[in-house]
Amino acid sequence: MSSLAAPGGGIAGSKPGWRASLGWDGTTLLILPAVCFVLAFFVFPCLYGLVLSFMPLKGGVFDNYIRFFSESRFYSTIWKTLLIALPATLANVFLALPIAFALRKTSRYQRIVTAILVVPITLGTVLVAQGLLGYLGPNGWFMRLLMTLHVIDAPFRLTHNYTGVLLSLIITGFPFSFLLTLSYVTGIDPMLAKAAATLGASPWTQFKQIYLPLLAPGLAMGFCLAFVQSFAVFPSAVLLGEPAGTTRVMALAVYQLAYEDYNAPMAAAGAMVMGAVQLIVVSCVLGLRGLFYRGPVGGTKG
Amino acid sequence: MTTVTLTRGGDFPAPFWNRVWSVLLWSLVWLFVLNVAAVVASVAVDSFGTRWFGTWLPEGFTTKWYFSAWDEFQLDDVLIVTIKVVASVVLVSVGLGVPAAYALARREFAGKRTILLLLVLPVLVPTITYGVPLATLLYRVNLGGTLAGVICANLVPTVPFVVLVMTPFIEQIDQRLESAARVCGAGTWGVFRYVLVPLLAPGIMAASLLVLVRSIGMFELTFLTAGPDSQTLVVSLYAAAFSAGIRANQSLDALAVVYMVSSLFWLIIALRFVNPVQLVARVKD
Amino acid sequence: MATGPIDGNFEILKLDGVTRRFAGITALDGLDLTIKRGEFIALLGPSGCGKSTALNCLAGLLPLTDGGIWLDDRRIDVLRPEQRGFGMVFQSYALFPHMTVRKNIGFGLMMRKVAKADIDKRVAEALRMVRLEAHADKLPGQLSGGQQQRVAIARAIVVQPPLVLMDEPLSNLDAKLRLEMRVEIRRIHKELGRSTIYVTHDQDEALSLADRIVVLHDGKVQQVGSPEDLYARPANHEVARFMGYQNSLTLDVVGGGDGETRLAGPGMVVQGIGQVPSGRAIASIRPEDLVAGAEGVNTIDVRVTGAEYAGREFVGTAVTQDNQPVIFRSPRRISTDELVRLSVPTDRVRVFAEAQR
Repeated sequence: MSSLAAPGGGIAGSKPGWRASLGWDGTTLLILPAVCFVLAFFVFPCLYGLVLSFMPLKGGVFDNYIRFFSESRFYSTIWKTLLIALPATLANVFLALPIAFALRKTSRYQRIVTAILVVPITLGTVLVAQGLLGYLGPNGWFMRLLMTLHVIDAPFRLTHNYTGVLLSLIITGFPFSFLLTLSYVTGIDPMLAKAAATLGASPWTQFKQIYLPLLAPGLAMGFCLAFVQSFAVFPSAVLLGEPAGTTRVMALAVYQLAYEDYNAPMAAAGAMVMGAVQLIVVSCVLGLRGLFYRGPVGGTKG
Repeated sequence: MTTVTLTRGGDFPAPFWNRVWSVLLWSLVWLFVLNVAAVVASVAVDSFGTRWFGTWLPEGFTTKWYFSAWDEFQLDDVLIVTIKVVASVVLVSVGLGVPAAYALARREFAGKRTILLLLVLPVLVPTITYGVPLATLLYRVNLGGTLAGVICANLVPTVPFVVLVMTPFIEQIDQRLESAARVCGAGTWGVFRYVLVPLLAPGIMAASLLVLVRSIGMFELTFLTAGPDSQTLVVSLYAAAFSAGIRANQSLDALAVVYMVSSLFWLIIALRFVNPVQLVARVKD
Repeated sequence: MATGPIDGNFEILKLDGVTRRFAGITALDGLDLTIKRGEFIALLGPSGCGKSTALNCLAGLLPLTDGGIWLDDRRIDVLRPEQRGFGMVFQSYALFPHMTVRKNIGFGLMMRKVAKADIDKRVAEALRMVRLEAHADKLPGQLSGGQQQRVAIARAIVVQPPLVLMDEPLSNLDAKLRLEMRVEIRRIHKELGRSTIYVTHDQDEALSLADRIVVLHDGKVQQVGSPEDLYARPANHEVARFMGYQNSLTLDVVGGGDGETRLAGPGMVVQGIGQVPSGRAIASIRPEDLVAGAEGVNTIDVRVTGAEYAGREFVGTAVTQDNQPVIFRSPRRISTDELVRLSVPTDRVRVFAEAQR
């Protein structure tokens, strides 16, 4: 906290003192229940997990981590997860951007299309996985259609492998990226593009010179949030992928350690590695964001 | 300018490549929508089918799978648990989140940035990372596998979500309205009862619906903390799908349809009141 | 089909029955206007009168529903905004928040693929013209309202457009700055020698800046003329109201001739300039022309409803016997509920036929 603003509109009558000098008053205390909750059920478990990970069932302090990075059934999950989550997130962000951009003007049409595109968010990973098993399966409609159209002669495998998991992550993750991007796109003053047009900018140039630079920080943030989602998902990796092979994701490995091996300290170590990997990706992306303008975009008047 | 195409009332004719682009884009959108619809439909059709193998549609239609699914998965228990969990999550997260959002929207104070970061963090950390230690802890204090434990775990992402949704909503309510009410002689209770509650009501309702829609589908955290008596619909759906082959696939699909209908029902209600964009928490710096 | 912006100047810009409807509502109804090179035209009217619609149609931000726009003998209403090459100053300025002042001003030149060195030179020139040399490398968010406004003007004029469009450019500034910027805008217009179309709802701005004023009301042109013309001879009571005739009294025609009409109402006898044969008519009178307490040909009996001290004199509000509001000036103190007889010279009253609705 570098600068302290004056106690914002503190009602006369509240007791002055050190609390008031920091801007704390009765209203500010309303934040405490939520903060206490997050401390108790989020921060404390995280710290607990961190400590637990250094108390292996047998061996030295760092044994859990040494084991994680020396056994391929553990460390290989890192790149397997990244190999699924990164392409899925990238696909979602780059699909979401043009669609959100095309829907930037508020209209009935925008509302309807948005509502339709949002539906998969509520279907959830489990249902989409179950549905894809049927739809893309050897007897499903998709294969039948391709065979009827003579695109293929025999069904090929889209489920119980990498592709199936990727598809399900794109379906469940797209609405999230789309809505986030839409909220950033609609936050940009459309007058800016009009101004650029009167100065001779074609629609493509308007997008490239005005929208894209202003959207970049939002896109980076959207990428991170979408990445968190696909990074931690494991139902589709189990139901739709090869949980013993290419789609053995970190979340699944951690789950198995905790609930099948009953090795809580090792599971905690896995969870911490997962958090660290996630943190590295997020900070890389957010670091890139620093290169762009990040001030207000809703028009220049104060 | 030899030939010009005149437009009347519409927009200007877009340059050629823009039109090509927009055709491509909308084809892509419809391809996506059609495929998702087909995914949903194949589940729904199967749940009503008698025998379906190697044909476009099942041989016949029946509703018997719903009855068998109801018994096999003890759906009445599961639904009651789901309602309890979702309702408690909505109530508690609004109860904790709205006051916090109010304080964040109205006051500047030392440590505000730290608290904001603290509240945003659960959105940025993978659920498994905190879910596994949290579940371990809950089992330690004998809350693991109980309804209370499931509710607590589900609250971790929803409380910050309510704060993130409500803070901008409260910021756009003119603070002078509260001052005006005080000048008119209203006490703290009066301001709360006659000014804040009516003004906040639409925002609180939107936040509640959004939490509701999200918590029906919240899988990972419930899965890690739930015991046999505290399974929600989505977790029993996963358990059933995981052990597929033991039961008829159709009754599994019937369960999936029950889940889908309950989820879509609330989504449709929510979309009547909220902007779909709000379904995602927009994290500011 | 030409793709680049139009270059070079024009002799005549012709708007021919320009019409724009939104979902059945006619925002602009058959605007005819011919603008010569170098002219400063003000579009004047209350909000919702269609003046901004007209400007957006000219800029190409809105397609026309009907009519056409011609630049000399080239039809331009079918062109997209980026093909027209006009400069536009937006009410909200619409400066690109992620570009420095220099980049903002140079944007139009960059779009025209002007050489880098040339851009630098012309941007420096524009910065000098709007006196912002010291702020060239700031972002718009770091500037005051008046400075942002000057950046917006510089950005519009640096490409030397044949026509500069200004959409209420001063409405977001405070009163003092508004006066300063008015002088600036006039100076820049003179210096450039290009045509300017200026939208405003402020008659003072229009009167002081424009060579010709177009008064719009309900999407229709009420009058086109020089400021002196409009001020001295408003065509109807809508225009009159804009020219400071704040009082509009609806009265019965009782006689007239010789370019004058005699009107009467309860406690009122008013004769004024303008020919209305019979029926009801509107007398438009400026507050400063109403003299309290004097006798004359024209008398209006009113009851004072309020009085306000305005420095040199009092400003009174009153109602006539049939409850029509009147605003007048009085050198002596007046009090509420006082009965006052107002008089006005015949040549200071303008009579118009009642508006056809």
